[in-house]
Amino acid sequence: MSGHTHAGPIDRDRGCIGMWLFICTEILLFGGLFLLYSVYRYKNPADFHAASQDLSRFSGTLNTIVLITSSLSAALAVHELREGRAARSKLFIWATILLALTFLTVKGFEWAAKFEHGLYPNAAHLLSLPPGQILFFGLYFTMTGLHAIHVIVGMGIFGYGLRALSRGKIDAEHPVLVENATLFWHLVDVIWIFLFPLFYLIS
Amino acid sequence: MGDTVHEARAPYFAPQGGRRGILSWLTSTNHKRIGILYLSLIGVFFSTAVVLGVLMRVQLQSPSMRLMDARTYNIMFTLHGIIQIFLVVIPGIPTIFGNFALPMLVGANDMAFPRLNLFSWYLFLFGAVLAAVAVFTNGGAPDTGWTFYVPFSLKTSVNVPLATFAVFILGMSSILTGINIVTTVHQLRAPGMTFFKMPLSVWGLYATAWVQILATPIVGITMLLIVVERLFGIGVFDPTKGGDPLLYQHLFWIYSHPAVYIMILPAMGIISDLFPVFSRKNIFGYKMIAFSSLAIASVGSLVWGHHMYVSGQSDTADIIFSLLTFLVAVPSAIKVFNWIATMYKGSIKLEPPFLFALTFVFLFSIGGLTGLFLGALSANVQLHDTYFVVAHFHYIIFGGFGFGIFAALHYWYPKMTGRMYSKTAAVVGWLVTFVGFNVFYFPMFIMGWQGMPRRYYSYLPKFNELQLLSSVGSYVLAAGVAIILVNLLYNAKRGAKAPDNPWGGATLEWTLPSPPPLENWEEPPTVTKGPYDYSGMEEKR
Amino acid sequence: MSDTKIERKPGYRTYFAVYAALVGLTAVTVTSASLDIGRLAIAVVLAIAGTKSVLVLLYFMHLRYEKRLLVKILMPIVVVTLAVFIGLTYTDILYR
Repeated sequence: MSGHTHAGPIDRDRGCIGMWLFICTEILLFGGLFLLYSVYRYKNPADFHAASQDLSRFSGTLNTIVLITSSLSAALAVHELREGRAARSKLFIWATILLALTFLTVKGFEWAAKFEHGLYPNAAHLLSLPPGQILFFGLYFTMTGLHAIHVIVGMGIFGYGLRALSRGKIDAEHPVLVENATLFWHLVDVIWIFLFPLFYLIS
Repeated sequence: MGDTVHEARAPYFAPQGGRRGILSWLTSTNHKRIGILYLSLIGVFFSTAVVLGVLMRVQLQSPSMRLMDARTYNIMFTLHGIIQIFLVVIPGIPTIFGNFALPMLVGANDMAFPRLNLFSWYLFLFGAVLAAVAVFTNGGAPDTGWTFYVPFSLKTSVNVPLATFAVFILGMSSILTGINIVTTVHQLRAPGMTFFKMPLSVWGLYATAWVQILATPIVGITMLLIVVERLFGIGVFDPTKGGDPLLYQHLFWIYSHPAVYIMILPAMGIISDLFPVFSRKNIFGYKMIAFSSLAIASVGSLVWGHHMYVSGQSDTADIIFSLLTFLVAVPSAIKVFNWIATMYKGSIKLEPPFLFALTFVFLFSIGGLTGLFLGALSANVQLHDTYFVVAHFHYIIFGGFGFGIFAALHYWYPKMTGRMYSKTAAVVGWLVTFVGFNVFYFPMFIMGWQGMPRRYYSYLPKFNELQLLSSVGSYVLAAGVAIILVNLLYNAKRGAKAPDNPWGGATLEWTLPSPPPLENWEEPPTVTKGPYDYSGMEEKR
Repeated sequence: MSDTKIERKPGYRTYFAVYAALVGLTAVTVTSASLDIGRLAIAVVLAIAGTKSVLVLLYFMHLRYEKRLLVKILMPIVVVTLAVFIGLTYTDILYR
């Protein structure tokens, strides 16, 4: 009875506030990269435009739709959990994870194509291009790479959430883990919403 | 039943629930135990960095001294800087007293996220281990200075990637601590404790936590970019690939200037707690001090460009950053005036914690006022990267943070250990430290003014006398620190038993036994009066 | 208890409406990129990305139904912080 007030599930208010504060730090983490991006694009507009033509607009658009859809299914997972329908909630989490895998697969093909064309950091071909294009691809790989790491982490948290759901540790009264995983997932989506036009849609 | 109750109210550091020894500490999520864990690590790091500092002063004792060569000297000041900044001063008060004292100050039984709290400690330990490994592997210790400026940090053969990654990990630990503190202050205050009934030390920690949350991610990504740049050569900071090294400086100082406020704000908060206690008077201008903490946290985040006056950034930026730098002096001055005003007509008791607190104000004022010299554009051109800067930030960081944390340690020691230190030894330690400090650093202002650049392992003969004086001061300072630490360590087990409320404080932690039990309160306390309301207390003592 | 925090719960209808808007805005932004509107283009894509983010934040992340003041003000704090960091850096970039 004593001394273990914190051994149980996390308090709902606390868990939510903590997650939102963490989301702030994530936005600022990417914020530093967006600052770099904006300065280098401001200084090298033509190079950024030229380099952007080498990216596949189709893959970028496809991945945007995939990620938005995964955000919807994540939101529905929380909705079903709060309504007390754990089985349906699990289904939506599975859908989210599969969509995340799809995203990563498309991304993998894209990266592979860039590597084939010698468009990766320190590649001889890339170094022969103007500085603005080197910077574009440096930022492209860094920012989409960091984003992909977040996608993988998000899948991991969802997997953990599925296990907790199966063991009955999560229900309509104690949804913090799934709620927070979903908040994190939406954040990943929001970051992509900005990455997509900044890299793929430079006209 | 009676037995369980007894165990539940045993001192927090007594063996609990079967687990004993070091393992019971390394697995404990209790805020007081985690505070002590941080204190032990930080104590070791602090002592190491002091030794490095003294070694540098031995080298500088005379211009012909050859204790170390130039490269070793570069490594020494880099390590001294990395350890003191990232492992001691930035984490210092938020982790030690943000853990040990904060929940008691707001009337809670623990932090909002106890397990995350322990995890932060392990991240801190992991970051420290990585930094230590970086010293001995893959080319050896960084010689870049603690700022890791590009392009040198991209070119030097030494182990920069691991060191910067260590800083990233330490940053994550700091962020999680900040999240814990903000959530605790918002969610776990005792019934009746409104924001304006919180002790000012809580305000200080709270404002600091916001800076930790909002600024640390920027240095996190900057350090990661150094790692990525070194491993893959992406080019964003590499001028040969079109990158702009000045952008590195911007990103670095966007965090690292606010980091100065992570260091000093919580110390200011604790000092604000001590002035009323030892003047037996309510604090003068409570709300002004509370809001000035938030003002320093926000305006302090807008002044990073003053580290870059001579870097080649635009004149427009110079002028704007100079203006903002002068502005941040206003909330700092508000605090100093309020502390002094609190003493007016008070019944002052010069106990050891208060001696350290008074010294804080004196040294911080010197550090702050010389900061105005450096904030002025024209003077900065002359003073940039001279000993004047070194003296200035040591007056702020050692004079401010250092004496602040000494004050805090001497103030909460009875609560931490249940014992009292020798007050005589504490006063002697304070005096020796105070004298040594000024003999050490004040000559540096003069040398800097005369043009002595920082980060050189030797110097022109005209600096002989002042350099020697400064070195002697450093030995005295180290002796004073040793007296303080020995006094605190020796009496942790052997000192006289401390009463529950040795200083007559009115904040909540003094209503608990010394040392407090693991679970602070069985019933949450109800707060009806302010943190510095001493009415009705004198008769009881 | 939980119902005091979230009074008006969004349902399937809301979620799918937001989803449709997000897909629609994606289509708009892709189309606009192939139009030749010069320097205005960056403003257009950023405005659309901003709108999409706000939709996600308000509905998927439930900020529209949020009652806690702290959580409500966090996003404005972050946006202002980031804007100030970027803005002050540009006092150097623009005039160097």
